Amino acid sequence: MNQTFPLLSALIIFPLAGALLVMLLPRRNAFLIKVSALIWTLVEFALSLQLFFTFAENDAGMQFVEQRAWFPELGIDYFLGTDGISMLLVMLTTLITVLCILCSWKAIEDKMKEYYVSFLVLETAMIGALCALDLVLFYIFWELMLVPMYLLIGVWGGPRRIYAAIKFFLFTMVGSVLMLLAILALYFHYGGATGIYTFSLIELYKADIPAIKQYWLFAAFALSFAIKVPMFPFHTWLPDAHTEAPTAGSVILAAVLLKMGVYGFLRFAIPLFPAAVVAATPLISWLAIIGIIYGAVMCIMQTDLKRLIAYSSVSHLGYVMLGIFAFNMQGLEGGIYQMLNHGISTGGLFLIVGMIYERRHTRMIADFGGLSKVMPKLAVFFMIVTLSSIALPGTNGFVGEFLILLGAFKSNMLYGVLAASGVILGAVYMLWMFQRVMFGKITKEENRGLPDLSKREAAILVVVVAFVFLMGLYPGAFLKKMDASAAGYLKVMQAKTAVYTAAGADAARLTAAK
Amino acid sequence: MADHIWLIPFFPALGFIVNSALGRRTSKSFVSWVACLAIFLSFLVAAAVLWEFLKLPAEARVFERIVYNWIASGELSVNIGFRLDALSVIMCLVVTGVGFLIHVYSVGYMHDDPGVKRFFIYLNLFVFMMLLLVTGNNLLLMFVGWEGVGLCSYLLIGFWYEKDSASDAGKKAFIVNRVGDFGFLIGIFFLFISLGAQGVWTLNFSEIGENAHLLSGGAATIITLLFFVGAVGKSAQIPLHVWLPDAMEGPTPVSSLIHAATMVTAGVYMIARLNFLYSMAPDTMLIVAIIGVLTAFFAASIGFAQYDIKKILAYSTISQLGFMFVAVGVGAYAAGIFHLMTHAFFKGLLFLGAGSVMHAMSGELDLRNMGGLRKKTPVTYWTFFIACLAIAGIPGFSGFFSKDEILWRAFSSAQGHPLIWLLAAVTAGMTAFYMFRLFFGTFHGESRAAEEVKHHIHESPRVMTIPLMILAFLSLVGGYVGIPHILGGDNAIEKFLAPVFGAAAPVAATGNFEIISAAWASAGDAGHDGSLELALMVASVLIALAGIAVAYVLYVKNPGLPGRFAARFARLYHWVHNKYFVDELYDFLFVRGILKAGAFLLKVVDEWIIEGLVNGTADWARRAGDRLRQVETGYVQEYAFGIIVGAVIVVGYLVVLPMF
Repeated sequence: MNQTFPLLSALIIFPLAGALLVMLLPRRNAFLIKVSALIWTLVEFALSLQLFFTFAENDAGMQFVEQRAWFPELGIDYFLGTDGISMLLVMLTTLITVLCILCSWKAIEDKMKEYYVSFLVLETAMIGALCALDLVLFYIFWELMLVPMYLLIGVWGGPRRIYAAIKFFLFTMVGSVLMLLAILALYFHYGGATGIYTFSLIELYKADIPAIKQYWLFAAFALSFAIKVPMFPFHTWLPDAHTEAPTAGSVILAAVLLKMGVYGFLRFAIPLFPAAVVAATPLISWLAIIGIIYGAVMCIMQTDLKRLIAYSSVSHLGYVMLGIFAFNMQGLEGGIYQMLNHGISTGGLFLIVGMIYERRHTRMIADFGGLSKVMPKLAVFFMIVTLSSIALPGTNGFVGEFLILLGAFKSNMLYGVLAASGVILGAVYMLWMFQRVMFGKITKEENRGLPDLSKREAAILVVVVAFVFLMGLYPGAFLKKMDASAAGYLKVMQAKTAVYTAAGADAARLTAAK
Repeated sequence: MADHIWLIPFFPALGFIVNSALGRRTSKSFVSWVACLAIFLSFLVAAAVLWEFLKLPAEARVFERIVYNWIASGELSVNIGFRLDALSVIMCLVVTGVGFLIHVYSVGYMHDDPGVKRFFIYLNLFVFMMLLLVTGNNLLLMFVGWEGVGLCSYLLIGFWYEKDSASDAGKKAFIVNRVGDFGFLIGIFFLFISLGAQGVWTLNFSEIGENAHLLSGGAATIITLLFFVGAVGKSAQIPLHVWLPDAMEGPTPVSSLIHAATMVTAGVYMIARLNFLYSMAPDTMLIVAIIGVLTAFFAASIGFAQYDIKKILAYSTISQLGFMFVAVGVGAYAAGIFHLMTHAFFKGLLFLGAGSVMHAMSGELDLRNMGGLRKKTPVTYWTFFIACLAIAGIPGFSGFFSKDEILWRAFSSAQGHPLIWLLAAVTAGMTAFYMFRLFFGTFHGESRAAEEVKHHIHESPRVMTIPLMILAFLSLVGGYVGIPHILGGDNAIEKFLAPVFGAAAPVAATGNFEIISAAWASAGDAGHDGSLELALMVASVLIALAGIAVAYVLYVKNPGLPGRFAARFARLYHWVHNKYFVDELYDFLFVRGILKAGAFLLKVVDEWIIEGLVNGTADWARRAGDRLRQVETGYVQEYAFGIIVGAVIVVGYLVVLPMF
C-alpha cells in the first residue's frame, strides 16, 4: 500500500486542493463554504488515520518515503518521509484542524471564503513541513506557514491585530533568514567536502563539520526554532499573537505551530550539529527551566485569559525542551508526548476561552465570576481541560510531564527538581484562574443570561476530553508508535556526540596537564 | 477472589460513571442510592478477601493482579495493577466500611441541597481514588490515587463554590498538597534511579521490597525524607498543616470521610506501605516521630482556644494524625495502622455528630451559641459521648487500646524516646480536655442559642442516626482486635499485619540515643513482667481523666473561669486563638512574595528588558532606514558612484582574499 500510494503527498496536496475548491464556491453561500471546509478536513483526518494505522511501529527509519528529483542540478529533491516523531504530529495537525474549522462556525462571518482558504493552505504547509526531508522543501513549507497565519491574525484578529501580526511576522522572519543562511552554508560545506551538492537531510546527516562551524550553524538554526517554540527570552511575541488571533488561530498556533520549533530542533538542529548540541545542552536546559518557572509566574500576573494561556504555553514548552535535551528515552518520549498533550489541552483551553468570548466579547478575568452557575456543562469540560493542563494523573498531561521530569532528573537531578517546582506553580495559576472565572457568585449582570454550550460546541469539547482521557489512561497506543524511532534517534545521537564528549574530555585533560 | 480484587476500586468508579452519565435524567434518590450501593459492593468484596485471607497461611496473604501496561518508556514500565495484602485489606475495609456509613448519612444530610447529585458523584470518585491509592501495586499508581483524592478534596471543599471562602479553601488545600506531592514525585524519581543504578528498574512495591537492600543508607534516608514531605502535605503535619482547618468549609460528611477518616491518613498508610525503606533510614524515622509528636502537641494546643466545633475537630484530627506518625516513626507500624482504624471510627463519628448538631441548630457552628442539646438530641448526645471517651483514651473504648499501644512503643521501642512518650502523654491529656470542653459546651448547661433556633432543635432522621449508632458501636468495640498481651489479649491486628511489617525487623538502636536506650533497656526488661508497661498505662489513663476533670470544672461547674483565664493570659491566648499566626506568615512569605516577584518580572524583565531590546532593535532599524533613505537622492550620478564602489569592493574581495 505505502509503496504504491503516495500517502504523504496526498496528505499535503489534499488540503490545497480543498483551498482551490473553496475559492471557486459562490461567496454568498456561506453554509456551503463552511460545510465543504469541514468535510474536506474530515476526509483529510480520515486519510491521516490510514497513516496512523499502517505505520510500522517497529521500524525506526523513515517510512512512506517519496523521493523525486526536483532541481537535480542544485541537488534539490521532492523528498518526503515520516517516522515515529513526526507521524504523531501530523495526526495532531489533522485532528486540530477539524476542530478549528468547527469552532469558527459562528465566529467568522467576515471574508469567510478567504478565511477557510487560509486555513486549508495552512494545513498543507504544516503537514509539508513535518514530512519534508529536503532542506529547501522544508524551508518552503516553513515559510508558507507564515503567510496564512499572518493573515489569520491580521485580518480576523482583535483590535490590536495589525501590531500583533507584524510582530509575529518579524520575530519569525528574523529566525527564518538566519536559518536560510545556515542551510546554504551547510549545503556549500557538504558539497565542498564531498563533492555532492545536496539538500537531502538524510545525506547531510552524514556531514562531518568542524566544531566551530557547527556552533555557528547550530546557533542560526536554534535561534530560528527557539523563537518559534518560543523559549525564554524569545517569547514576547506569543502573548500578543495569541491575544489578537481569532480563536481558531490561537488554537492552531498553540497546538501545532509552536511544535514546529521543537520539531525543528529534533529533526534538524540536533542531529546535524552534535558537537554544538553537546556544548549547548546546559544553556538550553537552563533556558527551558527558566521558561517553566518564569512562564508560570507570568501566568499568575495576567488579567487577560488568553494572555494567561499564552504564558502557560511558555511554561509547558519549557518542559518539552527540557525533556528533549535530557537525551534519554523518558525525556525524549515525554517531550514528544507532551507536544501532543499541549496541543490537546492548550488547544482545548483556547477553544473554551473562545466560546466564552463569543458570548461576552471580553477576555478579562475580572469580567467573569460565577459562570459555573449559568454554564454547568461548560464548567465540567473547562475543569477537565484545566486539570489536564496541570497534569493531574489520569489525564494526558501527567504522562508527558512525568516522563519529562523523570528524564530530566535522570540526566541531571538539579534540573529535575527545579522543573518539578513548576508542578506547584501550575496548580496555582490555573486553579486561581478557574476560581475567578467559574466560581463565586455572579457579580456582573451581563453574565447572568449566558447560554450554556450548544451541541456543536459540546461536540468539539467531547473530542478534546476524549483525547485527554485516552492519552492519559492508555498512552501505550501512542508511545508504542514512537518507541522504535526514539530509541534509534538516541542511539545515533549517542554515537555522534560520543566523539565530541570524548574529545572534549581529552582537551580538558590536556589543558589540565598544562 | 484473587482474580477479582480489581472490583474493589471498580464499583465506585462504576457508580461515578453511571451517575455522571444518567444523573441529569434521574432522580436525586436514584443517584444517592447508586452511590451508596457502589461503596457497599466494594465493601463486600473487601470483606470476602479478608475472609479468604483468614483461611490462608500468613505468608500467602498477598493477591496481586495486573490489568494492563500503562506507561512504558525505556527502562520504565508501569502497570495498572492491584495488590491486596493484610495492610491494604484493612485500609479497604476502613475506607469502604466507614465510607458506606458516611454515604448513607449523607443521603439524609444533603437531602435538601440542590447540588446533591454532584455531591454523590464527587464522593464516589473520591472513594475510587482512595481505593486506588491503597490497592495500587506500584508507586506511580499510588501517586495517581494520591493526587486523585487531592482533586476530590479540592472539589468537595469547594462544593458550595458560590461561597468565596469555600473555593478559597479548596484551592489552598490543593496547592499546599501539591507542595507535598512535589516531594513525593521527586522521591519516586530518586528511588527509581537509585534502584536503577543497581540494575533494578521498577516502581512495583513487591520488587522494591525485594531489592531495597541494594540501596545505600544515605539513599534510603533521602528517599524516605522525600516521601515524608508528601505525607506531611497529605496528612496535614507541621509545616503543611494549614489547609486542613480551612477544609472544614466543605459539607460535614466530607469533613468526616475525607478530612478525618480516610484521605488524611494516606500519609501514614504510605509510610507503613514503604516500611522496609523507612526501617533502613533511622534518621528519617526520628524526624517522622519528632514532627509527629510536635504536630500532635501543637494542634492540640490550638484546639483549646477555638469556638468553631468543626475547627476544633479539625485540629484534633491533625493532632491524632501526629500520634500515628509517632507510631510509624518509632517503627510501630501496626500500632499506627491500628490507631488509623480506630480514629476512623471515632473521628468519623465525631464529625457526623457535629453535622447532626448543625442539622439541629440550623447550621450553627459556634460553641458559644450552643449548650443544652443533651435532652433534645439524645442519639447524637450518646454517640458523641462514646466517641469522646474513645478519643480521650478511656479504658475499654477503642481509642484507649490504639493510643496506649502508641504511647508504649514511643517509650519502649529502640527508635522511641522517653521524651517523645512524655510529650505524647501530655498531649493525650490535652486531647481529653479539649474534647470534653467541646462535649460539655455543646450538650450540657443552658442553651445559648437564639430563640428562633431553639424552637427548631430536633434529632436528625433515622438515615443519619443509624450510621451514628453503628460508628458508636465500632468506636466502642473496635479496639478489641488489638488488646495488648499485658491485658491478656493477643494483639490480633498486629499479628495479622506481621507479614507486611515483619519483613522490616525493628532496626537496632543506631547511636542516637544509645546511652538513654541502654538506661531504659533495663526498663524494657522490666516490661517483660509488664509492671512498667502497666504503670505507664495507668499514668496515661490518669492524665486523660485529669483532662476530663479539668474540662468538667471549667465548663460545667464553673463556666466563668475560662474567660478569666483567657483574660489573665491575654497574650498567650491571643497567639493560640490565632493559630500562632502561621497562616499570616505564609501569606506574607509565599502569597505576597510570589505576587511581588511576579510583578517585578513582568514589569522589568518582560516589558522593560526583553520588549525594550526588541523595540530598540526595531527603532534602530527604522532610524537606519531613515538614514539609508537619504542615500536615495534620485541623482543617477550618485547611484553610479555607488555601483562602482560596490563593484570595487566585491572584486577586491574575490581577487585579494584568495591571495592570503
